[in-house]
Amino acid sequence: MTDLHKILQERILVLDGAMGTMIQRHKLEEDDFRKGWFEDHPSSLKGNNDLLSLTRPEIIREIHSEYFEAGADIAETNTFSGTTIAQADYGLEDAVYDINFHSAKIAREVADEFTAREPNKPRFVAGSMGPTNRTASISPDVNDPGFRAITFEELLVAYKQQALALLEGGVDLLLVETVFDTLNAKAALFAIEEAFDEFGKKVPIMVSGTITDQSGRTLTGQTTDAFLISVSHMDLLTIGLNCALGASMMRPYLQILDKNAPFGVSAHPNAGLPNEFGEYEETPELMAEQIKEFLDEGLVNIIGGCCGTTPEHIKAIADLAVNYEPRKRELHEQ
Amino acid sequence: MSNKATLKLSGLEPLIVTPESNFVNIGERTNVTGSRKFLRLIKEELFDEALSVAREQVEGGAQIIDINMDEGMIDGVEAMVRFLNLIAAEPDIARVPVMIDSSKWEIIEAGLKCIQGKGIVNSISLKEGEEQFKNRAKKIKRYGAAMIVMAFDEDGQADSYERRIEICERSYRILVDEVGFPQNDIIFDPNIFPVATGMEEHNNNALDFFNATKWIRDNLPGAHVSGGVSNVSFSFRGNNVVREAMHASFLYHAIRNGMDMGIVNPSMLEIYDNVDKDLMTHVEDVLLNRRDDATDRLLEFAQTVTGEVKKREIDLSWRETNVNERLSYSLVKGLTDFIVEDAEECRQQFDRTISVIEGPLMDGMNVVGDLFGSGKMFLPQVVKSARVMKKAVAYLLPFIEDEKGEGESTSAGKVLMATVKGDVHDIGKNIVGVVLGCNNYEIIDLGVMVPADRIIREAIEQKVDVIGLSGLITPSLDEMVTVAKEMERANLSIPLLIGGATTSKVHTAVKIDEHFTMDQVIHVLDASRSVTVVEQLLGSKKTDFILKTQEEYKRVREHHAKHRGQKQMLSLEQARKNKFQIDWENQIIESPKSLGVSNVSVTPKDLISFIDWTPFFRTWELHGKYPAILNDKTVGKEATSLFKDAQEMLDKIISENWLTYKGVVGIFPAEAVGDDIVIYSDESKSDSAYIQKSMRQQSKKAPGVPNIALADFIAPKETGISDYIGGFVVTSGHGVEERAKEFEADHDDYNSILLKALADRLAEAFAEYLHKKVRTEIWGYAIDEQFDNSALIKEKYRGIRPAPGYPACPDHTEKIGLFELLDATARTGVELTESLAMMPAASVSGWYFASEHSKYFGVGKINEDQVKSLADRKNMELHVMERWLSPNIH
Repeated sequence: MTDLHKILQERILVLDGAMGTMIQRHKLEEDDFRKGWFEDHPSSLKGNNDLLSLTRPEIIREIHSEYFEAGADIAETNTFSGTTIAQADYGLEDAVYDINFHSAKIAREVADEFTAREPNKPRFVAGSMGPTNRTASISPDVNDPGFRAITFEELLVAYKQQALALLEGGVDLLLVETVFDTLNAKAALFAIEEAFDEFGKKVPIMVSGTITDQSGRTLTGQTTDAFLISVSHMDLLTIGLNCALGASMMRPYLQILDKNAPFGVSAHPNAGLPNEFGEYEETPELMAEQIKEFLDEGLVNIIGGCCGTTPEHIKAIADLAVNYEPRKRELHEQ
Repeated sequence: MSNKATLKLSGLEPLIVTPESNFVNIGERTNVTGSRKFLRLIKEELFDEALSVAREQVEGGAQIIDINMDEGMIDGVEAMVRFLNLIAAEPDIARVPVMIDSSKWEIIEAGLKCIQGKGIVNSISLKEGEEQFKNRAKKIKRYGAAMIVMAFDEDGQADSYERRIEICERSYRILVDEVGFPQNDIIFDPNIFPVATGMEEHNNNALDFFNATKWIRDNLPGAHVSGGVSNVSFSFRGNNVVREAMHASFLYHAIRNGMDMGIVNPSMLEIYDNVDKDLMTHVEDVLLNRRDDATDRLLEFAQTVTGEVKKREIDLSWRETNVNERLSYSLVKGLTDFIVEDAEECRQQFDRTISVIEGPLMDGMNVVGDLFGSGKMFLPQVVKSARVMKKAVAYLLPFIEDEKGEGESTSAGKVLMATVKGDVHDIGKNIVGVVLGCNNYEIIDLGVMVPADRIIREAIEQKVDVIGLSGLITPSLDEMVTVAKEMERANLSIPLLIGGATTSKVHTAVKIDEHFTMDQVIHVLDASRSVTVVEQLLGSKKTDFILKTQEEYKRVREHHAKHRGQKQMLSLEQARKNKFQIDWENQIIESPKSLGVSNVSVTPKDLISFIDWTPFFRTWELHGKYPAILNDKTVGKEATSLFKDAQEMLDKIISENWLTYKGVVGIFPAEAVGDDIVIYSDESKSDSAYIQKSMRQQSKKAPGVPNIALADFIAPKETGISDYIGGFVVTSGHGVEERAKEFEADHDDYNSILLKALADRLAEAFAEYLHKKVRTEIWGYAIDEQFDNSALIKEKYRGIRPAPGYPACPDHTEKIGLFELLDATARTGVELTESLAMMPAASVSGWYFASEHSKYFGVGKINEDQVKSLADRKNMELHVMERWLSPNIH
């Protein structure tokens, strides 16, 4: 743990890119999501990417390798939807422990291989904890704004289970990401603390929010600085932003974090905005050009990619980041 | 102070309290233990109204809102969760942090699970021992909240300086050293107790608080101090002048000693320097315990206290500056006194008169535009600036005419403005015209009740760049669709702006947009948005702007379609079965003192005390409640100045008899038959004089909540009980138009709009005055009622006066029957237009219901079956009925 804190002072760390985009390249079919684990499951499982850590582990392993090869320091586990809440859509609440434990293990093994090969560039594993598909601060029923489809309590139980399985699988840190509702994130953070108590050991935590559009607010309406304040009760490794926006649009909000955060700052933007077919088409060169601005300004400690990014993007970013000093304004003012 | 305490909180937006921050106001009205009104709203589950209490506080300047649901009769956990969840859906409330206030831990914890921001827990203490104190502090930290710690321990509440610092220090050490609680997130409440109670041991209460506050801030790094301020003046309940002075002085001293936040009622705050010096001396003798007889002296002095108005002197030093600066000053300050003189002086300095307008005057208006755009100037000021500009231009025009041939003044574009056919309301339209005029647009104002063909003809002839339509009553929505269709037919490819009280983005996107493809139709929320909208529509970024608008409207339409699909409706028959039930057998129905129709005369002086000023400020886009708005941090200064102008004009309206006031009232025997109210001219009930067809709510309600129609408030025929209904029409609008025209001829839109806004207020006051007369004299069912005006505005009295065309009876065509029943046009001179707007505009009409169970409600959406039923009952063709009710049809 001190390792990560120390390295973060010395250089910019590179987070990997999109998992979904890479999985798409394999053109998988329904059978790939069932193999050996869920052969007789009654409903369709295609598209439930987290399951591939169990049914096609070699694909996930290969994607982690490609990202490490491209220069990533940190791999995210394939567990974005690894909660009972997200898996309920598929009726696979029972698979949650296996998804998280095995996803963490795969990433751990690949990371250890690379660290052994290049001891001066140790690789890390971040346990990815997604936002779930429910929001604790907004009613899904426009006629009943006081209604909630999920409660803090339910999120707490689900996140704690995920966090424990990730810790047991050997992750180096936890990444609460794509936060569109800060209340969901606060439940995740509460759960992580409870998981630490139970597991008997703490790991660093990254939190990464999602600014939905140029209003500079999260889906549930918080400004970037309000979001930062709302999760600052935890001693985070980094606070950052990911998804929704491309790099250039993300910059003003990163500046806000840079100015106010008592932690490190991370960013993993999308490869631009999706075109009318939902595809991301920003090239690695174009994206790197925009990220260069973050680096010139000294805005970040950890940089990576979200939707639409590939090992090519990560390579372009890593090649760039190596020339820069990390953000230095990590002031622990009281 | 050597205390670098920064407290960071958040709602949707951050609130950062630094040592440099001003005192942080915590709103106290959303507290069931402190506000009887809020308690009633929560008990009766009127959460919408409870939300407006919260909203008013935020609008009134509360930076945090304290929420307390500790009452034996309510389920505190459930109420806290429900209220916090509802607040989360209201961005204008949720922007500020929440203070979860309860003496019950389970309520606090339930509340903490609902807020995404960083709030404050109020409170925990050592009362139940260290173990529990530590556990709760740990939990609060994990939930990510700050907290208030009461100066309370196992032995009780701290009531001396020594006990206060002893408990606070012990609490602090436990929190910081053992729990690891962030020291900046600790807020102490060292107990504010009443003074001047007559008991000697209370004499030092305030002083002990000040000293303890100072000690805490000096000795406990990071910690903050808060408290409930109104406690201190508890002995002077009923004497607000003294209470406000005590609060002002208490806060002054407490803040100087380091108190940085507090629970206060912003409307009970006086500015320290404004308090009468003599009163202040007496108050401070008590607070600071300066003499033994201080309490007696203050009690005695309190008897003599009256409010006083301060005088102001006029500062003319700005006259010393150069002429360009003076013009700019006059424009920004809205002063007309010297404008002609200065315009003339300026004219002498230029070769061409037009340069005065294009140069210094436009520069001045640009300053005004910038200040308005950045929220540093408010609408009434802008309208005053426009008046100054118009006066200057009017003076300069003859010179420009003489110098002709030297080029014309170039306007940014021509905007045609009109209130649509059938509608007479024009205050909003006039304001938009003025604001656009200020920004160098040429305004062609066609006035009110303008038919579509004239709008289109003028638009083509005058080659305008934009058309702006306005309307207030619901039938105008339909007329706007007609105008859009006609523009399409005429191939008129210029943008169409839609504005006015009943218009909305949804209506524009769903009902108008599809009929107009030649250019873009766009809804403009208020005058302050009009400039940016027109600028974009006429500028180089028009295509982008239209694309964005179209995308937005597409989203609005999709959302609307989804929403509509989700709304569950009942059949009319089901809704009728779930009617509002009154136990008629056990009702006391008072017979009216007099039946039949009579004229009402009134003098304007009778009306003054009935005026509800809050909507007056809203007309000018100044938001906040009167009288608190006068002291509002942002708009208070401007609201005060506007209010002063209004008072001056009101004096003239009265002393110079500007307006004529006419009213008619009638009370009739009535009985309910289904959803109809059969109205008779006398007790014999031989002939029905009119049958009012009331509309019934049809959306599916929660269990136990009825589907109401106005007919439910009248005793049904089958009960055989004698019941009654009343009706009225009042106006204060005769004389407005003529006078407004005079102002306009003098380029004085400000006073023209001011007069119309005041006439509207007087008409509403007239309706309120007459309602009271009906309750206490004419009908006389509440002879003994005693309410002040604020209670009237809050509608605390018994009975309602719903108006046709408003939510409880949205059907405008009911106005026809009401007017005939009262012979209203002959008696009051108020006429109905083809869209059934009342003319003059400053008129109010409605029905009276006296039942103690009657209440205001909104009919909301109805189904086709009810439209059919109404058309049948009213003998109206279905498509005609549909047109009138279109805003309500699901």
